[in-house]
Amino acid sequence: MVVQAMSAREAVLASIRAAQGGPADQSIPRLYSASVDLSPAEVVEQFADRLHDYNATVHHATVAAIPATIAAILATRQKTGLLIPSGLPPEWLPVGYTFRRDEGLSYADLDASQGVLTACDVAIALTGTIVIAHSPAQGRRALTLVPDYHLCVVRLSQLVATVPEGMRRMAALLPAPLTTISGPSATSDIEMIRVKGVHGPRTLEVILVE
Amino acid sequence: MSVHVGEAASALPFPEAAKKLVANSQLRRNVRHATNVIRTKRGRVIAEMDDWEQLRDSGKAIKDHTLAHLDEYLLQFEAACTKAGGQVHWARDADEANRIIVDLVKRYGSDEVIKVKTMTSDETRLNVALEAAGITPFETDLADLIVQLGEDKPSHIVVPALHRNRMEIRELFMKKMGLDSLGYQPEDIAAAARNYLRERFLRVKVGISGANYLIAETGSVVVVESEGNGRMCLTLPDVLISIVGVEKVIPRFEDLEVFLQLLPRSATGERMNPYNSIWTGVTPGDGPQAFHIVLLDNGRTKVLADPESRETLDCIRCGACLNACPVYRQTGGHAYGSVYAGPIGAILTPQLQSMEHSQTLPYASSLCGACYEVCPVKINIPEILIHLRTKVVDSGHAPLAERLAMKGAAFAMSKASRLSLAHAFARLGQWPFNDDGKLDNLPGLLAGWTEFRDLDAIPSQSFREWWSKR
Repeated sequence: MVVQAMSAREAVLASIRAAQGGPADQSIPRLYSASVDLSPAEVVEQFADRLHDYNATVHHATVAAIPATIAAILATRQKTGLLIPSGLPPEWLPVGYTFRRDEGLSYADLDASQGVLTACDVAIALTGTIVIAHSPAQGRRALTLVPDYHLCVVRLSQLVATVPEGMRRMAALLPAPLTTISGPSATSDIEMIRVKGVHGPRTLEVILVE
Repeated sequence: MSVHVGEAASALPFPEAAKKLVANSQLRRNVRHATNVIRTKRGRVIAEMDDWEQLRDSGKAIKDHTLAHLDEYLLQFEAACTKAGGQVHWARDADEANRIIVDLVKRYGSDEVIKVKTMTSDETRLNVALEAAGITPFETDLADLIVQLGEDKPSHIVVPALHRNRMEIRELFMKKMGLDSLGYQPEDIAAAARNYLRERFLRVKVGISGANYLIAETGSVVVVESEGNGRMCLTLPDVLISIVGVEKVIPRFEDLEVFLQLLPRSATGERMNPYNSIWTGVTPGDGPQAFHIVLLDNGRTKVLADPESRETLDCIRCGACLNACPVYRQTGGHAYGSVYAGPIGAILTPQLQSMEHSQTLPYASSLCGACYEVCPVKINIPEILIHLRTKVVDSGHAPLAERLAMKGAAFAMSKASRLSLAHAFARLGQWPFNDDGKLDNLPGLLAGWTEFRDLDAIPSQSFREWWSKR
């Protein structure tokens, strides 16, 4: 008779089952705040304030003024153009600059670029967080990671006040990969001094659109 | 089965290791500075949360609930992750996990991997196994890179190189990266790491990560980080392999809203860490097109089996208990001889090893309770420390002095007349060591206690004697 060795899966599950047992399960309390008592204007102010805290530059614009705002930012930063995801609204793009669509660009192309312009899916004021679900207007994950500069357009309809509110919206975006961005990349590994900008884009700039 | 936790089984006993380390004043200064900075920041961002206690209660309840149904949630995760294109492996112990990962890397034909901070891989000593198989692992978290280049060991759960100051790191980087010059500012040093790693990020075909959370309901995996090295490792390679302890699963996506609030504020004193990555299996056209996850036991189910201490597995690795601990703040992390240092390490490391090694760790505490107070998931570390001390004493591994003292105390306290007699003897015996009401440099079994601290002398009259004369 051949005794089949227990697979690792069966063995781990068996020791979990042997180890369990104890008091009956209690319900999970969820008494934390899912929302806050702030006016829409206060939520916008808090979001901008948090972004400033992270050293991200914030601009305000109307829908009609998006191209002019982008043009002004690029002029200030002395950039001649940016990469864009394939689904970015073309009416956002100002004339006079080069916008290259990411249609299978190599990592080297992304690395050599002047930066990337995208939209976002959700924004959370309390933590100054931008959520990208890598849908057509945001592009694949590498597009907002390898370039050193990220310009992101956030519409106020995408902005919520709290993390739980943000998570409700994020749940609806699954199974798309989700990236939450709270300021540019950072480290405090050297003497706990915060260095802004390590491997991800070192500069994050946001246009808040009414 | 061969459970090992890094090299904890062969580490020096805590008192011996600590004695050497507390003599290093530079190290103590570095540790004190780092822990002070995090404590201050943490205090500030927690004070602004009116619902912090409610979040802690929810976090604790979610973790305890998960442990009570761990088999169900792991199977649910396995099914959802597999459906989304991931491949789930199970490992009973560290060696089995390492074998699975080495085989996978070879199967995909790579002789190098990029790694994002995973303590679980330090626990299994994955890098040693990779190197033995001719595979070069590149650590990409700045602190892990410092530890790897310095052939050092991590000393903190969140900030593994906090025992090194900038001058030491600068010198190390210049030597190991072959740089002729390097600035003195943290910005310069971080920029050197960026340059050093960038080409590797863009080139290496296999990434290895840990995970902060697995979501049973959706099969998603979550990595919480700051530098963007995590996103690089999770996104750019063709193949991603994640090694994750079985206790990291949580039931629902909704549960993440609790932990994404508790973890960054507790760990680094940030409202939110710069990046969180959440992925579900494989996404066509975006990121690695092969995803493997190794679910690791390595002693965790042994911890689960003890109802008195299983809440150890609730830990979300924020490191707040290290920063708060008066013992850790003096000794730093290396004294614990484990990848898991501080109060959580003192309870986790011996339990993972079925209490067969690291038996001095439950004594590496004054039981002051600061760790319990700051724990975002309310793990009662002091109570577990006492529980584990009992286990050490019962197993006969306690230091001789402790066993004799316990027996003596039991004998003396079991009868009031004996206790009075003991007091009288103690008063008589203490006079040569009594220095203005403080006892120092006691002999014999008590030497260890008074080597670094003074003890109040026993007063000339006990309360019982005073009461009887009234």
